[in-house]
Parts: sequence; C-alpha cells; structure tokens
Amino acid sequence: MHDSTAHEVHHAPPSSFLRKHVFSLDHKVIGKQYYALALVAVLVGMVLSWLMRLHLGWTSLAIPGLHLLSKTGAPGDVMTPEYYLQLMTMHATIMVFFVLTTAPFAAFGNYFLPIQVGAEDMPFPRFNMMSFWVTCTAFVVLVASFFVGDGPTLGGWTQYAPLSAVGSVAGPGEGMGVVLWASSIAIFCIGQLLGSLNFITTTLDMRTKGMSLWRLPITTWGWFVTSLMGLTAFAVLMPACILLILDHVAGTSFFVPSNLVLNDQLQPHAGGSTLLWQHLFWFFGHPEVYIAIVPGMGIVSHVLITNMRRPMLSHRTLIYSFGALAVLSYMVYGHHMFVSGMNPVSSIVFSFPTLIITIPSTIVVLIWIGSLYGSKLRTNTACLFSLGFISMFITGGISGFFLAQPSIDIMLHATYFVVGHFHMVMGVAAMFGIFAGTYFWFPKMYGRMMNETLGKIHFWLTFVGAYCIFMPFHYLGLAGNVRRYQAFVADYMQPLIPVHKFITVAALATGAAQLIFLYNLFYSRYRGAVAPANPWQATSLEWSTPSSPPPFDNFGGKLPTVYHDPYQYGVEGSSGDYVMQDSPEQIQSVRDEA
Amino acid sequence: MAKFFAITIIVIAIASAIPIVRHTWWLAPDISTHGAPIDEQMSETMAEAGVSFLVSQILLAIFIWRFSQPRPGGKIKNFPGGAMGLVIGAFLLVGTEVLALGAFGAKAWASIYFTPPAPNALPVQVQAGQFAFYFRYPGPDGKFGPIHPNLISETNENFYGIDQTHDADSKDDIVTAEMAIPVNREIQLLMHSKDVGHSFFVPELRIQQDFVPGLDLSMHFTATKIGRYEIVCTQLCGLGHYNMKAYLSVLSPEDFDAWMKKEAALQ
Repeated sequence: MHDSTAHEVHHAPPSSFLRKHVFSLDHKVIGKQYYALALVAVLVGMVLSWLMRLHLGWTSLAIPGLHLLSKTGAPGDVMTPEYYLQLMTMHATIMVFFVLTTAPFAAFGNYFLPIQVGAEDMPFPRFNMMSFWVTCTAFVVLVASFFVGDGPTLGGWTQYAPLSAVGSVAGPGEGMGVVLWASSIAIFCIGQLLGSLNFITTTLDMRTKGMSLWRLPITTWGWFVTSLMGLTAFAVLMPACILLILDHVAGTSFFVPSNLVLNDQLQPHAGGSTLLWQHLFWFFGHPEVYIAIVPGMGIVSHVLITNMRRPMLSHRTLIYSFGALAVLSYMVYGHHMFVSGMNPVSSIVFSFPTLIITIPSTIVVLIWIGSLYGSKLRTNTACLFSLGFISMFITGGISGFFLAQPSIDIMLHATYFVVGHFHMVMGVAAMFGIFAGTYFWFPKMYGRMMNETLGKIHFWLTFVGAYCIFMPFHYLGLAGNVRRYQAFVADYMQPLIPVHKFITVAALATGAAQLIFLYNLFYSRYRGAVAPANPWQATSLEWSTPSSPPPFDNFGGKLPTVYHDPYQYGVEGSSGDYVMQDSPEQIQSVRDEA
Repeated sequence: MAKFFAITIIVIAIASAIPIVRHTWWLAPDISTHGAPIDEQMSETMAEAGVSFLVSQILLAIFIWRFSQPRPGGKIKNFPGGAMGLVIGAFLLVGTEVLALGAFGAKAWASIYFTPPAPNALPVQVQAGQFAFYFRYPGPDGKFGPIHPNLISETNENFYGIDQTHDADSKDDIVTAEMAIPVNREIQLLMHSKDVGHSFFVPELRIQQDFVPGLDLSMHFTATKIGRYEIVCTQLCGLGHYNMKAYLSVLSPEDFDAWMKKEAALQ
C-alpha cells in the first residue's frame, strides 16, 4: 500500500488547443486517441477483409473502383493473385497490431487504469503522449506502403524469411514493402514499450491510499499483466525487425542462408538462418495472442461482475490465472513451428506447455460460468457482449486442443482450421471485449449513454454472424483447405468453394452490422441521453470521479481513499446492493473465498 | 432477451457439431502406413473437445437462462464447491485430459519422426522453388549427383543445377515434374528448397513438412493405395503460392518401373 501524496503528478490543466486535443499529456485524451486510431484501423482492416472475401468467393469478380487503390494490383478492377496476398498481409498486420493490441490495451488501459488505481495521471505523461504519436506514425508508415513502389508486402503478417529478406526479387512488395512493414512494426514496438513502462509504474507506484494490489479491479490486473508481457515480447520483435531491415538495406544475411537461387540468379547472401526469424517472431508472436486477449478477459470480467451483481467466485484465482497465462505464453511459441523443420524433439517439448496452458484458460472460463450461477444477471448490451466473449473464447480455445498436438498439426497446420481458431479466440473474442468495454464505459468517457436498442441489434447480428463466418473455417481446415491461397485450384479443394461463398456472404452481412455500431457511437456521442453519474451501479473508482468525463486531474484535486475490495456487490447490511470502493461505509465485506 | 440468447447459444453449439459428427467435411482417406495413429488421435481429440465444447456452451446457456430473471431481494448464491472446487476440477479433468492427449500424441509423432527409414527405402529428392516442385530419382547407380546452385536455371530447364557432363553420379539422374512412387514400398523423401520457404502437403499421405532454405530435410513414408493424389504447397512462398502443386501417382511396382523407364528416356 502506498502513500499517495508522495506520488501525485501535478500538471496544469491544458490551455491551448494543441495541448488539449492533439499533443495532450492527459491519459484520458491519449486513451481516446488510441481508440480513434483503432477505429480507423479496424475500418481499414474490415474493408480489406471484405475485398479478400469477395475475391475468395468469386475469384474473377470485378470489384468496382478497386483499380483506384492499385492500377497494377487490380487491372480492370479484378484483383491479381499478388494483390490478394498484399491485402491479406495488411489486413492481418493492421488487425493484430493496430486494433487488437491498441484498443483493449492501449486505449481502454490508458483511459481507465490510472483512474481505477486512484491516480490523477500516469507517472510519465510525456512518454505516454509519445507512445501514442509513435504508434500513429507506425500506422502511417504501414499504410504508406499501399502507395509506394510495387505496393505492400505480400509475405503475411508472420513475414517468414527468406521470402521477406531477399528483396524485390522474391515478388511484389518484397523490397520497399517489407522495409516499410518492418519499420512500421519496429516503431510500433517503441510505442508499446513506452506504454507498458507507464502502465507498470502506474500500477505499482501510483495507487491511492488504501488501494492495495489485491484491491485493484480485475481490469487493472489484466492491463498490468499485459504490460509485463508487452515489455518483454515487443523488446524481442523490435530487434528482429531491425535485423530484417538490415538484410534489405545493409547487405547483411541474418535470415538468408547461402546458395539461394531466385529468378535464376544466385543471391549474394550467405550464412543466415531462416528458422532464426521464426524463433524471434514467435517468441513475440505467441505472447502477442495473450496481449490481445488478457485485457479483454479483464474487461469482460469487470462488466460481468457489475451486471451479475456479485463478485467473481474468486478474484485472486482469476489474477493467478492471468499470471499463469502470461508465464506459459513464452513457453509455447514452438507450436507454431511443429512442421517448420526444427528438431522434432522440440515439437514434443513445446506441445506439453501448449496443452497445459489450457488449464489456466479453463479455470478462467469456469470461474466466469460458475459465477453466473446464483447471480442476478442483467442483460444489457455490454453484458451480452461479455457473455458472447465467453462463448467465442470457449469455441476458439477448444480448437487449441488440436493445434497443440504435433501429430494432429500435420493435418491442420497452415489450413483454415488455424485461421478459424485464431479468429475466434483472439479476433472475435477480443473484438467482443472491445465492444463490451465501449458500451460499458462510453457513459464515463462522453457523459452520454449509448443507445441500447441499437446496441442489442448490433450484438445479435455480430454474434450470429461471427459464428457463421468462423465456424465453417474449421470444417474447411479439416478437409485440407490451405490458407493464404487467392484461389482454390487443387482438385480436392474445388468442392469447398461453395463454403467460401457462404462465408463471404456472412462476412459482408456481419461487416455491415458494424455500421450500426459506428452510427450508435457517433450519434450517442452528441445526441445520446445524458448519463447518470454511475449508470451501472458499479463500485470501482472510475465511477467516483466528480463528472463524466472526469476532469483533467480525474478526481477534482482530491484523490480518493479506498476502503474496500473492488467488487462489493450483494453486501449484507448495506443500504444498497453495492458499496463503492471509496465509500467509508462500514460493511461486512464480501470476501474472496479462495 | 436472456432466454432467447441462451437458446441461440444452444442452437449454434448443436448446429456447429452436426457437420463434425456427420463427417460432412473431414480428413481425406488415409493411404499411409503411419497415418492410423494420427487419425485415431484426431478422433479422440475431437470426441473430448466436442464434449467440452457442448457441455460448456450448454452450461453457459442454462445459467444465463436461469439466473437472468429478476429476483428482488433474493440472495446471491455460490456455485456448489466454490472456486476451489472448480480449480481442482479443472486441474483434474483438463489436466488429465491434456496430459493423456499429449502423451499419446507424442507417441504418434515419435512413430513418424523418430524411426529411421528402412535400408531398402527408395530415395526420391524433391526440390521446391517458386512455384513448382521438381523430383529427382537417382537412376540405376542409386546415387544423386551434386547440386551446383550456380547452374540452376529455369531457362535452360536445369531445375536442379546438375552437371551431367562432368559429374558421373548425375549422368543417370532423372528429373521430373510429377512424382511417382511404387505402392507399399517405403520412400525416403529428401527435401530442399532452392529459394524461399515452401511446404510439402499430401493430405492422404498424412504428411506435411516445410522446406527450409539452407537445410536438407528427410521424411520417410509408405503409400498403401494406388491412385493419383495432389501435393500442395502450404508455406506462403509468393504470388504463385496458390498454384504451386504437383501430382503424386502411386503405382503398382510394374507400372512404376515402366514410368521410370519412360521418364529416363525423356531426359
């Protein structure tokens, strides 16, 4: 427990427009900036997925206007094979880095972590500002590759070497496109490292009086554990990207072995290792999955608790499980490489931690489901998205049983089964976490309520739509449908094309349903009903600020004192069914039973 | 709303399981000698995963249905056994399940990767390059001639970079664009890439293995059913990745010998 007075950050209220809205030092503005960036990114990523899906369903279809994006990539508005791969690579990179990492972690974390710990800001506000603008720059650099040279890289978001390292001889976008991609990701890593540092120090050093670590809301724990992962994972990806850039611009051969022949030319490289890139990439890549999902787990738990009107069966078990996921996430990365040609003994070694990581995941799910038992569930939109998250996470998580086993991976590796698995577990589930957080916290961020009817329509279409899109991916994978193909020319894949058409229709419809969300977001921002101070009757400190949105220093100059564990719902002897963390009311605390 | 949601979850869960149970889309029939443990492992995992999937989704739905009704003044109840019960349950049930799967899976994996090829296995070299596979048979001398990367040329159709003028071992080597193998005879597949990463996937053979530029890898297998199958590339290798495929013909020993002779004559 800390004496808050020793750690307060005093910066004056912003006076100029630039300081207030652009180069703001306020964590809340930075959080909103991250959210806006993620919103732009997700729209770009979604449009790219529509283009890809249209092409996969009807390969020779002309998509009106596509040539405006790239004359060579879409002559006559029909996508070329290479342009499909380029759009696919951009879709994945944008979604993984600029949406799934940015929104649940950087956006909501920035906005709410300092408030939930009872601080008036983060300890390094300038680093915080820098982290956003660095991330924004990374996005601009990535998108710039659409318009430079022969377009973006086609190597997939995993950028396996040597395809990514030998230059434009390997294909369109493999020269300048890769350099821009690797530069963008290296810059992105800097932003995440700065952000993670701030999150860690805020959690450890900025807690207000009475806010012990165990009294932190589960969301804060989610962001804290994620920032610990971010600090280590991005610290590996950044140098890997720098080495990749050097292979392009400095004549090095970190990832290119000797004697490669492309286009009948012997390549001037020697001595590099292609597997080295895979090890470096996946050492980041697997923790990244948890970087995307653990904040969502925190958000969903927080929203559920509020709407179940009870604490989770065990707050601490959830926290320990988050920790176990984080630690194990570094020990499992080799399951991406079972058939990569690494020593087959390693495959077995990596398969066990991969299977064991299902235990903390299962515990989290069981705590959620077990806590629903005996609760007083309110099914507002935020809660529906949280429950949807659980359903998606179960579905996506269970397919991990298959991919954790090297012998089965022989049949499923690089098929649509993998695509279905990760879209469910870290794509859709994480998106549901973002939606739950948005519907839940919007009243705090903008002082207005989002429209519940529109929210529920959005939920239903998205929930059913996501299953229609991603469940068939698993069936395709079982039938041997290889991923990253722009068309299915193999004889045995021909019968699968109707399934792709079905998925395309489902994807377009589900994508269109997101426009309802977008409308609701902007409409409610200006016209939504004015939000009461604590619309969900929640207990954590973000609902104790003097206004919505909170003032620049969060608590109006007086930091709160915390008296209770975070989720005092269903309290016997209390005047209401909940007691806020900073309420001095003496109660019989709802104890964590574990 | 909550009840409707609960029903939706159950309908989706059952609808999702139907194509799996009916094998509407399923693994291609196995034609290998090593594939049975893989298929068995797949079926067992599917059964365990299927039960976990249905039970957890249905439980989620039931609790949503049951506990979303307003109970003014009603007290919060705890799940019987509480968190500790669930944690112990997760450790026991899932722990046992995954350890069993892991152990049996490791055995299946070991039976493929940790056994040496038979001494009389037929060696076949496969070279992957953007965007084609080429196969090389050692000819009557049983030896592959050396590869000279600087001689590799699509233009001159010297796909392997072999020097038949100077290298004695290369003189009888046979290079083909299609792979043929005799049925029921073990094949030792010697794999290398000339340019970027590729992969060798034949679903019916229960084989998928990446080509790693800079590394020579080896696999061995036996095909048990005569027929024509497809080899596809599963490692993203560039713009023609989707079209990188070759045919694999599994022939009777007589047909294989005849094919070999025909191909030798074409060299």
